[in-house]
Order: sequence, then C-alpha cells, then structure tokens
Amino acid sequence: MSAPVVNPLGGRAVITGIGQSAVGRRLGRSGYDLTLEACVRAVADAGLTIDDIDGIATYPGPTSPGPGFSGAGAMQVHDALGLRTRWHLGTAETAGQLGPIMNACLAVAAGVANHVVCFRSVWESTAQAGGTRADSLSRMPSRASGFMEWTAPFAAMSAANWVALMASRYQHQHGLTREQLAQIALTCRRNASLNPNSVYRTPLTMDGYLAARMISTPLCLYDCDVPADGAVAVIVSRREAAAGLARSPITVEAFGAGLAERHTWDQRADLTTMGAHDAAASMWDMTTLTPADVDTMQLYDGFSYLTLQWIEALGFCARGDAGRYIEGGERIALEGERPLNTQGGQLSGGRLHGVGFLHEACVQLWREGGDRQIRKDVRFAVAGAGGGPIAGCILVSLT
Amino acid sequence: MTRPSPDVSWESRAFWGGGERGQLMIHRCHACGGWFHPPAPACYRCRSTDVRPEPASGRATVVAFTINEHQWLASFPPPYVIAIVELADDPSVRLTTNIVGCEPAAVHIGMSVEVEFDQAAADVWVPIFHPVVPQAAS
Repeated sequence: MSAPVVNPLGGRAVITGIGQSAVGRRLGRSGYDLTLEACVRAVADAGLTIDDIDGIATYPGPTSPGPGFSGAGAMQVHDALGLRTRWHLGTAETAGQLGPIMNACLAVAAGVANHVVCFRSVWESTAQAGGTRADSLSRMPSRASGFMEWTAPFAAMSAANWVALMASRYQHQHGLTREQLAQIALTCRRNASLNPNSVYRTPLTMDGYLAARMISTPLCLYDCDVPADGAVAVIVSRREAAAGLARSPITVEAFGAGLAERHTWDQRADLTTMGAHDAAASMWDMTTLTPADVDTMQLYDGFSYLTLQWIEALGFCARGDAGRYIEGGERIALEGERPLNTQGGQLSGGRLHGVGFLHEACVQLWREGGDRQIRKDVRFAVAGAGGGPIAGCILVSLT
Repeated sequence: MTRPSPDVSWESRAFWGGGERGQLMIHRCHACGGWFHPPAPACYRCRSTDVRPEPASGRATVVAFTINEHQWLASFPPPYVIAIVELADDPSVRLTTNIVGCEPAAVHIGMSVEVEFDQAAADVWVPIFHPVVPQAAS
C-alpha cells in the first residue's frame, strides 16, 4: 500500500455504550428478537433513549448464506424501534464484521450522525436446530455460486477446510505444533470459565484437546467455534454529542480496512498470510500508536488458526513466529503481558461472529469484566475480526 | 460420491467444461502472458482484457493440504484430501482441489500431481489431481 494516510477520525468517533442479548445454544428465540434486545440494552447503557439514535449499521444485512447467519437487517431494526435516522448501512461487502462500525465512525466524525447503533446478530444454533451444521450445508442450493463455486465441487464445504489449508502451509513453512495451537482453545476456555455469559465453561486440558476428534487436519473439534444464538450492539457517537453521557467515552483511535491482494482464499501470494495482514497494516498507518501500546488483544477465533494469524498480522510477534509467541500460553493468559480473548472468544464464549471482540475490548477498558477483568491497567485494546480475505480491525482507548 | 456442482458462469464455462476433452482450461492474458484463476474478463496484473482460456499442462505441485475427517455432505463421505496446488505452467496460479489415487496419509507438500476429471453434471467436469508417480498404498 502507498503512503500513510491522515487519521480521518481525529478522535471524533467514540463508543458510548454496549449491549449484549442472551447468549447460548438453542435459546429458542428468533434472531430478530435477540437483535432488538442487544440494541435496546446498548442504547440504555449509553444513557441515551431510542429517540437519540440517528444512525444504524450492521453486517451482513438481511441476506443469509446459511440458516441463522443474519439475525436481522438494519431496516428490520429500524422498523421495529421506530427509528428516525440520518444515515444507515447494512452490508457484507466490507472489511469483515467490523466494517460497518468503521463506516459508522466515519459518519459521526463527518457530522452526518450523532449516535449510531451498530449490531451483529446470529441465531445459527436455533435456526439450524433439528439437524446438524452439515445438514444445513446439504440444504444449500443445488449449484454452488460465488466463492463456493471454487470450493464446493471439491467437498471443501466449510471454512474449517479453507482455514485448515492455510494452517497446513504455515506448519510447513514456519513450524506450528498442535500443542502450540492448543493454547488458543485452552486460553479461551479458561477465560470463559470466568464469564457467566459464555457458552462452554467446563475445564479443557491439553490432554483433552489432543484427544479430540479431527475435523480437518490440523484443526480438531476444539479449534472450531460452534453455532450459537446471540446479538451484540455498540453505540458509536460523535464526541461532542457524547458530552455529559453516563460513561467515559472510549476513543476509536484507528481502524484497518486495507485489502492489498485479490479477495480469494487460495490465490494470495503468501499463503501464510491473510487479509488480516493488509487490514492491520492500514490500521497502523492511521495512528502513531504501535503494537507495544496495546494492553489486550480481542481477536477472531472462528478457528484457532485465525487468531494466530491476527496476532502476527498486528505485529505482536515476528512473521512466522506466532506459534512460539503463544507457546505455553503465559503471554496471552489473563495474567499475562497481553491477555487474549478475555470473554472466552468465540470458541468458548459463543460464536457471536466478530463484534463480540469489540464488545469485550470495551468491557475491559471500562473495567467491567468482573472475575475476568484484567488486573493491570488497560488503556489500549485492539479488536480484529475475519478470516481469509475477510478482515477488519479497530484500535480503541480509554485514557 | 456425488460432488456439488458449480453454478457455471460465462467466465467459468471453459474451466468446468474442459474436462470433456481432457483439458485443464485456465485463463491466460495475451498482453503480459500471465495465467490467472479464477477466470475474469481482465488480467488482474496488467488490466488487459485480451484474456481467454487455454489448455494448461495439467501438471501441478501440492502446496497445502488437509485431510477432511468430518462428514459435511451425505453424498461425499470422509476421509478425503482437499489441497491447494500450484500449476507447473505458472506457480502463481493455484487451484483448490482434491488429491485422489493414493492414501490420504501419503499426500505431502511438494508432491507432484497431475489432473484427471470427475464428471459431476452434464456440463461439469471437476478437475482433481493424482500423484504423478503412483504412491504405494500404506
């Protein structure tokens, strides 16, 4: 990518409230219902009323590639809450699940809106109930289109397969043992045990991890997240409009939406990198802050290998060194130098698909983590979401 | 074993149909000479629209692979090998594919493979690969 850009936010975009619906397996509620719960909670959390909301943004919008992948579109929420907005967006063609939040930041920084409710909701567990995830794949249209045109004819049906391919290349090129990779799942499970809203809280040991069945080598069962029901919302506000609100506003320092190579899972020049590397580079271009400033990492773990890639992409370790960085788990533990996925990630906290990581970054900055609160000072946090060519990251601070 | 079929597009018709004649059809740019995949109406390197499908050699090298052990499709039972291969004609062109004709455990990165085709529909011949030197079953 070319020369660094001027920071378009200038500290004018802040997060003023967060909300989460009930989270769990087979809650038996609709995605629409869960979405409203999260949005209303976030508005109240910010000390606002629904009438203060003048913008709305979401990923991926109302379209759903599989049952329950989208709980609701922006227009459904707009309708149900009787919003009167000046700006709205719902899309999947953006920098991953966090992409619409970046646009919301730009909207408030430009003065287009004052308070934007941003959400992501899934209800894959309930929507796919009565069958397995594999059954839902079998119910897909008879001809595979879009990206799936290039994977489904080879029975590479799941992102588990696409991520496993990249992981195999990384193992070959840089070395990565199952024991090293296990630290993502083990760390998430330990943190989830301290989070009353997480999905999986029973202890997981290294032996238990190594004995789990393989899904797609080198990824075993515990390297893959599991369909869940739940919605997450954050309120992005214009700093001036946030004056006098309930909370100290969290500053959005920078975001990464870069995409420097083709949007495919298998044609990237270096198969041991992903879109995350481009997104991270563009985020650091936007700020004078550096990886050394970041106190906690909240990084996408739809598959454990993706978390490893995000750690490396964001520059917390040298290229090819992520396996050694997480070895033993001490660095990324709740008590470690840079705690990871303190809510349990998606692997154990629940597959909230991306925005849960930004939610947890805010929880930690506001020191509301309860038993899972990081003990040391937390001033800067990064959230990254997506895998393969899909990637976006956001750097937030409370100082 | 029944493979899901692709929704064949204007650009991908040659790729999915080439197997009828035993040909691996890959898009090539006639301005810069480069090959590319998936097919598109322009070359992503030089932006020329002088592009068209050409038969590639069908020889390739495994650069990444996974043994899928989970049953995703009732019609396609595990285990099976999914791989990314680089074409001998231009290593910057990769295909996600299957490796067949050997035990899954015999597949390794660096393995030389060549194309064969598995007809999945009236208009679809799926290019998959087998080892150039048959591997002993283990």
